[in-house]
Amino acid sequence: MRFEVLVEVRLRPGIADPQGATIERALPALGFTGVDGVRVGKAIRFAIEAADEDEARRHTSDMVERLLSNPVIEEADIEVRATAGAGG
Amino acid sequence: MTARIGVVVFPGTNCEHDVVGALDLAASQWAASHGGPVPASAELVWHGEHSLAGCDAVVLPGGFAHGDYLRPGAIARFSPVMEAVAAFAAEGGPVVGICNGFQVLTEAGLLPGALQKNRDLRFLCTAVDIEVCTTRSVLSSSATAGARLSIPINHFEGNYTCDAETLARLRDEDRIVFRYAANPNGSVDDIAGVCNTEGNVVGLMPHPERASDPLLGSEDGLPLLTSLVASAASRVAQPA
Repeated sequence: MRFEVLVEVRLRPGIADPQGATIERALPALGFTGVDGVRVGKAIRFAIEAADEDEARRHTSDMVERLLSNPVIEEADIEVRATAGAGG
Repeated sequence: MTARIGVVVFPGTNCEHDVVGALDLAASQWAASHGGPVPASAELVWHGEHSLAGCDAVVLPGGFAHGDYLRPGAIARFSPVMEAVAAFAAEGGPVVGICNGFQVLTEAGLLPGALQKNRDLRFLCTAVDIEVCTTRSVLSSSATAGARLSIPINHFEGNYTCDAETLARLRDEDRIVFRYAANPNGSVDDIAGVCNTEGNVVGLMPHPERASDPLLGSEDGLPLLTSLVASAASRVAQPA
């Protein structure tokens, strides 16, 4: 089966996020007040062939651990969705 | 016998020739002041090699290995040569990562912590003062503890980050090799460079090769490069 995967990588809580802090400081200048907790991360999308959703999730998890994130400073959420009408 | 120092070239590395030139300069100056033959010479090693071909020390120089895609060092750590570097480090071989090379060493797990984006989100290209905190590493053995050195930095991701437990261990084990006199990038505890437990693997953000000649504005990097030359030479004198 074919699955679409979305991995969201972000800095762990407690790790300073200079990009997020800069965006947060810029927003009030445009009139967007009351915004806090801005954190900047990365979204990585791909398709993967796997026997079932569990296997797709397991392989993705392994990729996140070894390459897609740096566990020292980052954590990640994984979304896995079967591709509708998959042909392969 | 002349010791050989391998300088690894990844696609996107850009400081390799400076490092080779500065190491050769440090080696020839060492020979001039101590007498005798030049103790070491530097050569390039392509990242696709599976072996270090008998090198007595290794440097991962600065640049943008594999374009710094994903994260600096994230892809480079899987280059074929890195398995040989890890094996060489494990047997006590001198390994130094400068700037991008430091980032590669942390991604590869050969040094603790990570290099985050600079606190103020500026690319920093300037000379900074760093303090030599310990002489127990292969890059500081010929330097003087407590000495202030003026050495250029050139990075966007040089903000050294680690958890409190790791920081405590680095302090307890005397593994913080260099500290910034005035923290330029937000690094925890002003850290500019660290080493592993044994002191044979060192990573630092400043570029000692860019402070190796009066024409460059500073020669303060030479004691560091000389330390590495001496480490490499000692392995030839006493083969492991």
